[in-house]
Amino acid sequence: MPIRDDVLVVGGGLAGSIAALSAAEAGASVRLVSYKKSTLRFASGLIDVLGYPNGDGPVSNPYDALSSLPDDHPYSLAGEQAIRDGLDLFDEVTADSYRGSHTDANALVPTYGGTVKPTARYPEASAAGLASDARSMLVVGFRSLTDFDARLVSEHLEAAGVPFEVRGAELSFPEEFRADAKVTRFANALDRDEEIRFAGRSVGAREALAETVKPRLKGVERVGFPSLLGDEHADEVRADLESHLGVDVFEIPMGPPSFPGLRLEDALFAALDDAGVRMSTGNPVVDYEADGDELQAVHVDQKRRKVPYHADEFVLAAGGLVGKGIDSNRSRVREPIFESYVPHPSDRYDWFDTDAFGDHPFARFGVVVDDEMRVLDRNDAPQFANLRAAGAVVGGADGAAEKSSSGISLATGVVAGREAGASI
Amino acid sequence: MSDAEHPADESNPNVAQDDFEPVQVFPEADEMDLRPGADNCYKCTTCDSACPVAEVDDEFPGPKFQGPEQWRLKRKSDEDIDASVMDCSNCMRCDDVCPSSVPLSQMHNTARGEFVDERMEKLSREYVRNRILANYRTMAELGSKVPRLTNFVMGLGVTKLFNEKVLGVTSEREFPEFATQTFREWWDERGGPQVRSEDKRVAYFHGCYSNYNTPEVGKALVRVFEEFGYEVVVPVQRCSGTPMFANGMLNDAKRAAGINVENFSGLIADGYDIVASCTSCSMSLKQEYPELFDLDGIEDVSAHTYEAMEYLRIHEDLEGALADSSVPEQSYAYHAPCHARNQGLDRQAVELFRELDGVEIEDVGPSCSGISGTYGWKEEKYEKSMKIGEEMFEHMHHAAGEVGMTECPTCSMQMEHGTGYEIRHPLQVLEEAMA
Ligand SMILES: Cc1cc2nc3c(=O)[nH]c(=O)nc-3n(C[C@H](O)[C@H](O)[C@H](O)COP(=O)(O)OP(=O)(O)OC[C@H]3O[C@@H](n4cnc5c(N)ncnc54)[C@H](O)[C@@H]3O)c2cc1C
Ligand code: SF4
Ligand code: SF4
Repeated sequence: MPIRDDVLVVGGGLAGSIAALSAAEAGASVRLVSYKKSTLRFASGLIDVLGYPNGDGPVSNPYDALSSLPDDHPYSLAGEQAIRDGLDLFDEVTADSYRGSHTDANALVPTYGGTVKPTARYPEASAAGLASDARSMLVVGFRSLTDFDARLVSEHLEAAGVPFEVRGAELSFPEEFRADAKVTRFANALDRDEEIRFAGRSVGAREALAETVKPRLKGVERVGFPSLLGDEHADEVRADLESHLGVDVFEIPMGPPSFPGLRLEDALFAALDDAGVRMSTGNPVVDYEADGDELQAVHVDQKRRKVPYHADEFVLAAGGLVGKGIDSNRSRVREPIFESYVPHPSDRYDWFDTDAFGDHPFARFGVVVDDEMRVLDRNDAPQFANLRAAGAVVGGADGAAEKSSSGISLATGVVAGREAGASI
Repeated sequence: MSDAEHPADESNPNVAQDDFEPVQVFPEADEMDLRPGADNCYKCTTCDSACPVAEVDDEFPGPKFQGPEQWRLKRKSDEDIDASVMDCSNCMRCDDVCPSSVPLSQMHNTARGEFVDERMEKLSREYVRNRILANYRTMAELGSKVPRLTNFVMGLGVTKLFNEKVLGVTSEREFPEFATQTFREWWDERGGPQVRSEDKRVAYFHGCYSNYNTPEVGKALVRVFEEFGYEVVVPVQRCSGTPMFANGMLNDAKRAAGINVENFSGLIADGYDIVASCTSCSMSLKQEYPELFDLDGIEDVSAHTYEAMEYLRIHEDLEGALADSSVPEQSYAYHAPCHARNQGLDRQAVELFRELDGVEIEDVGPSCSGISGTYGWKEEKYEKSMKIGEEMFEHMHHAAGEVGMTECPTCSMQMEHGTGYEIRHPLQVLEEAMA
């Protein structure tokens, strides 16, 4: 007798995790099957709901802007309540580690490119850095960390017209790490508060870092670092730096590898574990078995061997073009597991706009769903009675341009998971 | 890049690279062209962030350098392989996380082989030491002939001092004890298979450790499979090759692989599948053999090899079989070996035993145990190995269980060494539940 569950979710990103949790809440036995690590490893860890609807913005309240979205937009299908339910579930999972739930309004979070991003939920670690806060700011970068240029960040923030004074300083990390030391190496040294040589004596890495920054403070009220202040003990690292420096300390999300994204992944994983969701990761789903319009099983490629995983209900949350849920070659765009219908112009020169920052059709490529997130075929009929989709694999939105990716994953994940769970 | 600057879907070229299939690119058996794999790398550094060695060792340039960058350098000029490849522990974590399916561990294994062949002094202490560690089986075979004497000698301070000073094997570790009766001796004594079947057949790859050191794991496997009605056979076999890959001893590995493939591949036509109780052994047969060697029957062996519990989960209603079972109260701190993770098997023990009456099991998290086979035995690597393992030790101490559980024999040494816990194999608990 093979591997069998009530609900099987394909994909372990934000959408898949939320769908699995929602299905488990409905009482189903759930398995999540995921290939590689999700895009959370690259993502900022910020949870955007809607910042630039139809290319306009930034909007301060995403809910007010929902009615302006087209009818086939995933938000229009899922509905406002689904967004709120998704965020509620997210808040439950992340508990004290995220902020923003006190208001419907978008928060403005500085990013490592020096832009200011409208977002619905942001990590606690970034809380002291909000751009709407008028306190003066020092941005610290490290010479060996070339991806993050503190002076550039502060100049961009200034140019964006933030209501505070901001300065940037590039320092040398107190310990002599090799020139191209990994971000993880810094984070770990701080996490473990490794004893290092500093100014002729042996001190903890946190204290040494604080001492290095101190001379640059010159009266600022808060200090921002690239997001590498610890991993498992990030809260402690920040608290220690704050007590040494006497000012608030925050992280500016940076990517990849993105610690805020990794920490979010850990929180989701812990929640899935607590909810009893079974997880099989590391191998891709490559095929399926159906009986008429009922899916019976998906096949997981376990080192060149196909192993069937049976279930009653299925949720496809394999991500978009980035996550590999949608695939494209020179002639067509396809959903590789179920060969679900993905509408796109037949001429590939119509897939993108000639303007790099224009409105690109490819950004909206994805499967078509109904208001229960059931995957539809080209005639608007369900492709299978028991297949739903969630997250970036669903078409109809340019999440990156609208700043809505995570919100869409949450809303569609909740609907797909809940409906799948309820169908058992 | 954060999508604050660029629309995510455009800025991140993290798209499927289906056109590259590592095994297809070998023009000849011993000449590998991994360049197409290197070209798939878009320098996202995800692999670097997952490498446990880079996390603790400033000098180690990380998997991205060892893999795609080194291959590019080699293509442009005739650069020598960098010595740092010997610091890679072959945990294969980089392989597991690369979103672009760059064949990292295959590149590392090949590079290590080339480095050892061309650049390592064959009389050097390091080479000799590595060769001894990699060929554990040879030592074990000798040692297990007189287990009590060997255990006694290995435990002596003077032996440890000799090992460390002359060979470079750390004196911090206790040598694993040799069993007084090997698994194979037990197998012969009981008269081989007790169950015969035409359609349920497995050939057991026991590897060195469960033969010489923990025969109770092998016995558990046999009893569990026979309980499910399988005919179990135990072909003559050599080391799976894992420690040899990790030390760049590809010729030794190829020789061992040749014998294993020869002895196992013939059984497949008769309906046997191969099961292993060590996740590095199953990894080796499933993935490293066909990646590195071109031998008759190797594809067959690869396609028919399973980790033991994986096999039962696919073919039997293991959950159903345990539904009414119970065992005396026991709780475990479970560590998933890196090589189980790579096969997608890192959650199966937790999943199954969570449902078993009497058992409490807690996953101690995703960190690497740090020993990585022979790596943690080397005097110069011992401290790094313990530093990598620290996170796991800490999580084990916090977990409810006072007994550890894992599928990998060397992880189990490290768990025991770092916490003093007794360590069991999931098959032993299965055996107990099925009894
Ligand atoms: C660089 C970057 C920056 C971002 N920044 C932000 C941000 O600032 N704010 C924001 O709100 N959002 C951001 N996002 C988007 C967000 O992180 C998620 O990508 C989005 O929510 C989509 O999530 P998902 O779960 O649908 O897909 P993904 O996160 O792509 O996950 C898909 C999962 O499916 C798995 N999978 C794919 N194919 C298969 C298969 N065949 N079998 C099994 N598993 C499979 C993948 O391995 C992966 O784990 C960013 C994304 C990227 C890439
Ligand atoms: S090898 Fe893979 S994970 Fe490493 S940098 Fe290249 S693409 Fe990224
Ligand atoms: S195999 Fe392990 S130690 Fe070696 S480079 Fe990859 S992640 Fe690092």
